[in-house]
Amino acid sequence: METGTFTLNLRVWRQANGTADGQLVEYTARNVSPDMSFLELLDVVNDDLVKQGKDPIAFDSDCREGICGSCGMVISGVAHGPQRATTACQLFMRHFEDGDTVTVEPWRAKAFPIIKDLVVDRSAFDRIQAAGGYISVDTGGAVDANEMLIPKDSAERAMDAASCIGCGACVAACKNASAELFIGAKVTQFSLLPQGQPERNRRVLAMIEQSQSEGFGPCSNEGECEAVCPKEISVAHIQTLHREYTRASLRRIFGFS
Amino acid sequence: MSSGTILDGKVPGGDLESKWERHKFDMSLVAPANRRKYDIIVVGTGLAGASAAATLGELGYNVAAFTILDSPRRAHSIAAQGGINAAKNYKNDGDSVHRLFYDTIKGGDYRSREANVHRLAEVSVDIIDHCAAQGVPFAREYGGTLSNRSFGGAQVSRTFYARGQTGQQLLLGAYSSLMRQVHRGQVKMFERREMLDLVVVDGAARGIIARNLITGQLERYAAHTVLLCTGGYGNIYFLSTNAGNSNVTAAWRCARRGAYMANPCFVQIHPTCIPQSDEFQSKLTLMSESLRNDGRVWVPAKGGDQRPPQQIPESERDYFLERKYPSFGNLVPRDVASRNAKSVCDEGRGVGATGRAVYLDFSEAIGRLGRDVIAERYDNLFQMYERITGVDVYVEKAMRIYPAVHYVMGGLWVDYNLMSNLPGLHVLGEANFSDHGANRLGASALMQGLADGYFIAPYTVAHYLANAKLKPVDTGHAAFADSEREVGERIGKLLAVNGSRTVLQFHQDLGKIMWDKVGMSRTESGLKEALGEIRALRDRYWREVKVVGASADFNKEVERAGRVADYLEFGEMLVRDAIHRGESCGGHFREESQTEEGEAKRDDEKYSYVAAWEWKGVDQEPVMHREPLTFDFAEVKQRSYK
Repeated sequence: METGTFTLNLRVWRQANGTADGQLVEYTARNVSPDMSFLELLDVVNDDLVKQGKDPIAFDSDCREGICGSCGMVISGVAHGPQRATTACQLFMRHFEDGDTVTVEPWRAKAFPIIKDLVVDRSAFDRIQAAGGYISVDTGGAVDANEMLIPKDSAERAMDAASCIGCGACVAACKNASAELFIGAKVTQFSLLPQGQPERNRRVLAMIEQSQSEGFGPCSNEGECEAVCPKEISVAHIQTLHREYTRASLRRIFGFS
Repeated sequence: MSSGTILDGKVPGGDLESKWERHKFDMSLVAPANRRKYDIIVVGTGLAGASAAATLGELGYNVAAFTILDSPRRAHSIAAQGGINAAKNYKNDGDSVHRLFYDTIKGGDYRSREANVHRLAEVSVDIIDHCAAQGVPFAREYGGTLSNRSFGGAQVSRTFYARGQTGQQLLLGAYSSLMRQVHRGQVKMFERREMLDLVVVDGAARGIIARNLITGQLERYAAHTVLLCTGGYGNIYFLSTNAGNSNVTAAWRCARRGAYMANPCFVQIHPTCIPQSDEFQSKLTLMSESLRNDGRVWVPAKGGDQRPPQQIPESERDYFLERKYPSFGNLVPRDVASRNAKSVCDEGRGVGATGRAVYLDFSEAIGRLGRDVIAERYDNLFQMYERITGVDVYVEKAMRIYPAVHYVMGGLWVDYNLMSNLPGLHVLGEANFSDHGANRLGASALMQGLADGYFIAPYTVAHYLANAKLKPVDTGHAAFADSEREVGERIGKLLAVNGSRTVLQFHQDLGKIMWDKVGMSRTESGLKEALGEIRALRDRYWREVKVVGASADFNKEVERAGRVADYLEFGEMLVRDAIHRGESCGGHFREESQTEEGEAKRDDEKYSYVAAWEWKGVDQEPVMHREPLTFDFAEVKQRSYK
């Protein structure tokens, strides 16, 4: 063993495709460097598998700096692993000990069907966004940006909400597989801004309706989503979502737009 | 070298300031009722692709948009941290469209097309207005107006930002507009698809072959025009700040079909990245260069000084950027900062375990402004640094940084209308070569991607569609069958090699050749060695690569194998471009062409042109075509940041 490196035992979920049976398969990773990220560890395991002519572990990843939201896996029972406010790609091996056994599984939710191994289909999030997660403004013809004054505090709170990376950890951590933190973040961002007001009611109703049809459950009120969120999106956004939803529903019942 | 032709950038005549306005009027239109008769393919959904697809959908065209990722929201534009430039002059500090134009031309070391750059500066102001209207949460002042900051190399505050996540917020804005069009049925979204060929019918781009990355099946898509918005090829260096899936394949497939590749040797190496720590490293992480606003770059005055940074007294530090460039100091452009970091490390004065790093020091700024102010500005970056390196910047007071490949100015050649020499192929964003010359200024990539997609292509694509006499073509055409067969054969050939070395190993080998010999400092002899080595590696690749699994499956190894095969072809063209350009300019530093003080020396007499390379086949020399660059409005000077 090289100096400073260690050995890790992995149990990784392997599943050939969406309809096949899956199982946990054991691997031993040697010469693990503390400066490696968790995904780089999987790269090394995969390179060894390829050299042996075996099928490498499939997982999604892209930016590897915690912002694209591609990577997502449950590491030792926790979405994105043990470090708070961290995506799997930004989880470094210095947080593990020599000889640790680590279990790696995909997001598990009815609305996120497994494609292969650790890769799941999160397109339900895109469909929720398409249902109403936007401000209907065509390119061209916008007024000068400083014509619309937005208090700094509102802009900051909108930015807190907007920092969601759409990784799906909130869904994976929730026993109801609820998408309400994801939806709440988008609804809050737009409800705080004057541009978002004209479609405020329609938006929240459409996004919730789409979420239900995708098979996401209702909020479990346990806050697991906030605990695993790599961007520390607050569950307060779910309260906002519920308030906005109630407001929009009542207005619809009483005939206000 | 066989001689090529002189290319016409088709720049409209008249005054610089009114060219674009006049051209917009002169171009043909497609009437609203006729737009639904046109099918448009947009490949890539980063800032350029998402903004183009959304806007063309709004206008009423039938758009099909493709991404290699599982969602358009994940494109690598999302990782841009610092900001987006616009000539709003909200700060009343002397900015103007003309100044942004001039700074971009000068920053690009006079190797970009004047008219394009001016247009970019003009539409920059519209981008901010549109993004604000979309609900992008830009940073604001207490009075509710937008905040600005000054950014790498600029002497005015013209950069708009959303914390350290500007790219994310602009992309999510474009993505939300795109998804609105998906909901309306104007855009059909194809996720997890990789474009593997451009289909050319009667000399015009009429479709693509894409591989479905879930099933591995090859799929055919036909259209009246194709917009390529697939970003840059920085990952040819293996280690770069690019995302793992960013690649040259889509662009290279177009080059193999006849599109010219322009100035491929213009690669930007960003000065403030976290240094490589071990051999397993899969990517390098950029630290926003906004850090250079308050951080001071230094190395120990004497080599081999192993003391921790704060134990090295002021008198034994060399603030080499402040010393050499008193007027710009730590804010010199990226290429200058990177090259100087390399040269102090080459002198043996680098720090850290590998000796390939310099300090970016905040002790003076923390002393002057207090920890809270510094935390407000940079806390997210300090946290990111600690997460990756395990070092607390508040304690150490300094980061270790080193340059890394970050962005490419080179790309497919386009005319003023953003159309390649291959009719019907439009190229937007980082994938084209057009606006940044030999070096891009900070906060200008986001600006260009959105300018191309929101405000330029929607006009120029309409002009093309209105004038091109296009026969009906569907995916049953023989050209689609031929393309699909060729793509399938190439994948089959890669799988059949069944050698002993992995794709990853070959990619790392290629990256090492590129970084060592085609990096921040280049020589003719080194480049010629690189050329031979790349050819040898390519031969070896097709004899020894090991690609496991099947083609008709979710198989990342097949994806990567195709990309590395393309890098090994394209790399040769990049190196040939670097050999031919015997001058230093922007990111391209040729040691043979420097001043007595060691600064880059341009040669305008010989090289004031765009080199656009035509691919002629594997192991064939490409042909170089030239587009002469003339500067009628900007005064051409040797850059100086002294």
